[in-house]
Amino acid sequence: MNARVEGESLDLLDPQDRARFEQLVLPHLDAAFNLSRWLLHGRADAEDVAQEATMRAFRFFRGFHGGDARAWLLQIVRNTCYTWLEKNRSVDLSTEFDEELHAKPSTTPEALAIAGDNRERLTRALEELPVRFREVLILRELEGCSYKEIAVITSAPIGTVMSSLARARQRLQRVLTQPAGQARQEASRGL
Amino acid sequence: MGCELTQTVLHGYMDGELDAARAADFERHLISCADCVAVLEANESVRSSIQRAGLYERAPRALRQKIQAQIGGATQASVMPIPKPASWRWLAIAATVLLALFLGWRLPSLLPGNGETALASAIVDAHLRSLQPGHLEDVVSTDQHTVKPWFDGKLDFAPPVRDFANEGFPLRGGRLDVVRGRTVAVLVYARRKHLVNVFVWPTTPTTEADSEPVSGTQLGYHWIDWRKSGMEMCAVSDVSRDDLADLQRLLVQ
Repeated sequence: MNARVEGESLDLLDPQDRARFEQLVLPHLDAAFNLSRWLLHGRADAEDVAQEATMRAFRFFRGFHGGDARAWLLQIVRNTCYTWLEKNRSVDLSTEFDEELHAKPSTTPEALAIAGDNRERLTRALEELPVRFREVLILRELEGCSYKEIAVITSAPIGTVMSSLARARQRLQRVLTQPAGQARQEASRGL
Repeated sequence: MGCELTQTVLHGYMDGELDAARAADFERHLISCADCVAVLEANESVRSSIQRAGLYERAPRALRQKIQAQIGGATQASVMPIPKPASWRWLAIAATVLLALFLGWRLPSLLPGNGETALASAIVDAHLRSLQPGHLEDVVSTDQHTVKPWFDGKLDFAPPVRDFANEGFPLRGGRLDVVRGRTVAVLVYARRKHLVNVFVWPTTPTTEADSEPVSGTQLGYHWIDWRKSGMEMCAVSDVSRDDLADLQRLLVQ
C-alpha cells in the first residue's frame, strides 16, 4: 500500500471538503458496496473495488458540483468495476447480449413465482445475466434508482436504460425457469 | 411476435416513469392487450421475488472503517502509524471537530433559501441515518398514546403525536434525533412500503411566526418544512411529492 502517494493526494482536500464528502457521499457506501458486489460476484473483490472507488471519489470530490451524490458515486463505482473486470475477468464483459426478443413470457406465472421464491436460484440467475443487464436490474430493483439516475450512472441515454431493463427482465425470467445447466450453456453461447 | 409495448412503455409504466397522461393511455391499452397483461404480471412477480429475497448487500463494517481511516487519517498517512484504539479515538475527536467547524461555517447562512437548504441537507442526512438498521425508532408503536408519553421527560417540548392510519399514513413510532445541535422529536410514519420521518422542534423567538410550507428535493428525497403554533416541522421521505404534501396537510389540521 503506497500510503505516501495517497497521503499526498488526499491532503488536497481541505477540512470543509472532507466534511462535505463525509456528509454527502459516505451515506451511500452501502449502495457502492451493493453495486460492486453484484457486478463482481465475490464479496472480497467487491470490498476492495468499493474501497478503491470511494477513495477515487474522495480524490475527485472537488469535481463534484452538487446534485445527486449517490449517482455520482455509483458512476465511479461502476467504472472502477468495469476496469477491474477488464483486467481480471474480461470474459464477463465480452458476453454477447443481443438476442431475439419474445414478447410473451416463456413460462407460466406459477413456475416463475416458485422459482423466484428460491433465494439461491434467484441469486444464481441474477449472477448469470450479462453484466450490462445485471447492472440495470440491480440499480432499479435493489437500489431504487430512477431511469435518469441509471442513465447518469451507466452513461447511457434514458431510452437505452428502458430497453436494457426490458431485455434484462425477459432474460432473467428465462434463466430463472430453466434447469441450471442449460442456462449456463446458453449464457456462454450468448443466447 | 406480440405487442411491442412489452419492450418499451410497459417498463416505464411499472417503474413509475410515465407521466399521468401516458400512464392512463397505457392502462387503457392493457384492457385490450393480453400480451402486455401477461408480461406485466410476470415482471411484477419477479420484482416482488427480488424484493422479498433481501438481496441488498450492505457495506461490511470493516470497509466503512478502512475508508474512514483513509479519509480521516490522510494527513497522518506519511507519519508513523498510530496504534489502533488511540487512532480511533483521535479520529472520533477529529471528526467531531471537523463537523463543528463545518456546521459553524454553515450556520450563519440563515438567509432565506440558503438556510433552508442547509437545514434540509441536515434533515435529509438524519433521514438517511435513520434508515440504517436499528436506527429508525426508539419507541415502536402504532398507538399515539404510547408514543406521545414516551417523549415526556426526554424533551423540553411536547411534540404533537397523531396516527393517520385511516388516511394511509400509519404511525410506526418515534425517536430522538439531533439536527444541527438541537435535540428534536421524530415521528415515523409509513406510506405503503416507504417511510416518512417528521422532525419536530419548537420555533425560536426569531422564527416564531407560522409559515406556509416550503418544499424541496435533496439527494432524491423530498422534504416539506413549515411552522405552526410554535412548532417547526419538516417531513422527509422518498415517497412522491404529492403523498408528502398530503401528510403535511394532515399534520397541520
